[in-house]
Amino acid sequence: MMSDPMIPRQYRISRVRRETADTFTLELTPVQDEGTFSFAPGQFNMLYVFGVGEIPISISGDPANPRTVVHTTRVVGTVTRAMGTLKRGDVLGVRGPFGSHWPVEEAEGNDVVIVAGGIGLAPLRPALFYILSRREKYGRVVLLYGARTPEDILYRRELGRWRAQFDLDVYVTVDRATGGWRGNVGVVTTLIPRAPFDPLNTVAMVCGPEVMMRFTALELRKRGVGADNIFLSMERNMKCAVGFCGHCQFGPTFVCKDGPVFPYRRVKDLLAIWEL
Amino acid sequence: MTQAQTFERFIFDRQYFLSLFEALTRRGYCVVGPTVCDGAIVYQELTSPDDLPIGWTDQQDGGTYRLKRRNDQALFGYVVGPHSWKKFLFPPRIRLFRARRTERGFNIVLNDVASPPAPDTPYSALNDPPSGISPSIPIHPTAPKFAFIGVRSCELHAIAIQDKVFLGGAYVDPTYKVRRENAFIVAVNCGQAGGTCFCASMNTGPKATVGFDLALTEILEPARHYFVVEVGTDRGAAVLQDIPHRPAHIEEVQLAEEIVARTARQMGRQLDTTDIKELLYRNYEHPRWDQVAARCLTCANCTMVCPTCFCSTVEDVTDLTGEHAERWRTWDSCFTMDFSYIHGGSVRASAKARYRQWMTHKLATWIDQFGTSGCVGCGRCITWCPVAIDITEEVRAIRASEPNHKEKTDGNT
Ligand SMILES: Cc1cc2nc3c(=O)[nH]c(=O)nc-3n(C[C@H](O)[C@H](O)[C@H](O)COP(=O)(O)OP(=O)(O)OC[C@H]3O[C@@H](n4cnc5c(N)ncnc54)[C@H](O)[C@@H]3O)c2cc1C
Ligand code: SF4
Ligand code: SF4
Ligand code: FES
Repeated sequence: MMSDPMIPRQYRISRVRRETADTFTLELTPVQDEGTFSFAPGQFNMLYVFGVGEIPISISGDPANPRTVVHTTRVVGTVTRAMGTLKRGDVLGVRGPFGSHWPVEEAEGNDVVIVAGGIGLAPLRPALFYILSRREKYGRVVLLYGARTPEDILYRRELGRWRAQFDLDVYVTVDRATGGWRGNVGVVTTLIPRAPFDPLNTVAMVCGPEVMMRFTALELRKRGVGADNIFLSMERNMKCAVGFCGHCQFGPTFVCKDGPVFPYRRVKDLLAIWEL
Repeated sequence: MTQAQTFERFIFDRQYFLSLFEALTRRGYCVVGPTVCDGAIVYQELTSPDDLPIGWTDQQDGGTYRLKRRNDQALFGYVVGPHSWKKFLFPPRIRLFRARRTERGFNIVLNDVASPPAPDTPYSALNDPPSGISPSIPIHPTAPKFAFIGVRSCELHAIAIQDKVFLGGAYVDPTYKVRRENAFIVAVNCGQAGGTCFCASMNTGPKATVGFDLALTEILEPARHYFVVEVGTDRGAAVLQDIPHRPAHIEEVQLAEEIVARTARQMGRQLDTTDIKELLYRNYEHPRWDQVAARCLTCANCTMVCPTCFCSTVEDVTDLTGEHAERWRTWDSCFTMDFSYIHGGSVRASAKARYRQWMTHKLATWIDQFGTSGCVGCGRCITWCPVAIDITEEVRAIRASEPNHKEKTDGNT
């Protein structure tokens, strides 16, 4: 019988890492040895918690390590909550990888600006891994990251390491300062005017809440980045990820197969339509 | 009078309709077709031609459907009812898999894509969410093999449209594929148009031109009741061999052509599709959406009856012990709030946004997505809307409001 794209494969949790109070990272390895799992930065998987439900979650690991599948998830509802209670050794269902990817190859020879809001850093992390492993092929590489509070900052250790690297500019801002935060306060778009990149030779990759992406794209355009060089990753309800269920429609596009990563030019007008 | 013969069409008499049933049953087909049930003509499993809606017709208009007696014994003297063939190819509810918890995980114990749909699923129950586990559903090792009797031209187009969704992309839906490949299609050319039909505007009818194994035109004369048959496939030719038939005379063929030509002139509605995609794309913010939303009950009837609507939801459920889980796929509708829900709320919270999504999808975005209109002009959404919202009227209103609009005058009135 032909394979059914709605049937998950089983993956065992090999590691659980608490990132913040409501966010955790799972590392998964296949239960049946399937060899390798290859994906492109920006793609996602459908993760199934036994009996509870299935949701789209971006792949946030290093594409150069095809033996482990990494996902960072924020608890917001039924399935994410159940997923958050899973432990090392437990099994999840995985379907994927699905969708379009960040233009990491096309960006070679250019400056790269990565703008992330909140959990939006997760789907951009594979792009950073990819670019940093071929660092000499790119111009300046800038990461602009906004979190709600300092406690919500993801991948702290990595950010620390990346910050110390002189070939990567990392700017972090928080919406609300707490504790001893002495860094930037304000939305991530406020970092764009001062960020060091050459707008005419820049590829921008943006992921975060929809409003954040809209304003980020406008700021980038204001600095002179071309609409064809800005890429956004869209979120919509997804029930299948393979183009059958219709839930992910965004105007004429299906986010699961035409996206989630779109060139800004393709979605600019759609983003302006209310309740599309 | 000497009658010239043509070998492209054949004739069989009404009395041999039973032979068609027998030929199909003998080949292992489950014969499904129209029958009268609870005041409507629906599609169900049939045991003989006696189950067909003999002598019935339907009267349709916005928000109204009524069965009436005809003054003849026509088998196909009605138009289309609330059902479409999609319920057999894309079942309203189907279990995609079952799984059992194991010590440190789970096993997918069964993938019964080949199990038959429940053709008798009550229409009203189509929206019920699965309630827990249903171990009583039998598992059939073989895929269902349906023969559809009485498929209208618009419905052939609707099937071709769903083929693009489920078979034409990077992923193929095995549930649909196996049913579709097995299906034997007996089309019927429409002998009359319904009050809400507009297939002529959509170029999808009333004559069946592609996608059938056999196509019939029913001819009722005072002294004779017979069918003019067109063969679409070798499979169709083989079945015809089992029915007593003869080549048609040219007059019979002409009569059949005349019948569909007359039907085309009788269309209850029309829809001007000129630049329809661009028209709707430039009118996302048109005030007409507010007006239609004020009437729309967001009941989702239009999507359930539409032969091309393909949206579904996927539900994962467990039994009380938590040991067994199942995944079900159920028809869904863009008219529900949950449909577009993401953390923080539904993307399309207003009725306006949901009606606009539906109609714009049917007539505009579908063209970008699948290279074809998502509407075949069958009129079901108009007939079965409790408040008689009419897709042709909505397009007309938006078109008429444009500054340099000119009334299109073609033959279809
Ligand atoms: C392409 C893409 C990538 C994403 N990447 C990430 C990521 O990397 N990290 C991250 O944290 N988030 C990511 N998200 C968002 C994530 O998918 C949602 O936060 C998640 O779906 C929320 O699920 P929930 O069940 O916890 O929330 P809920 O609010 O409870 O449910 C949200 C949706 O899940 C479904 N659902 C939940 N329970 C049921 C049920 N019992 N029956 C039927 N349906 C149910 C429904 O569709 C519901 O509308 C991504 C989304 C997309 C589209
Ligand atoms: S939109 Fe209405 S008229 Fe068009 S195919 Fe669907 S039900 Fe028929
Ligand atoms: S248009 Fe009519 S049938 Fe469709 S959801 Fe609205 S009220 Fe229901
Ligand atoms: S998620 Fe089902 S069609 Fe895109």
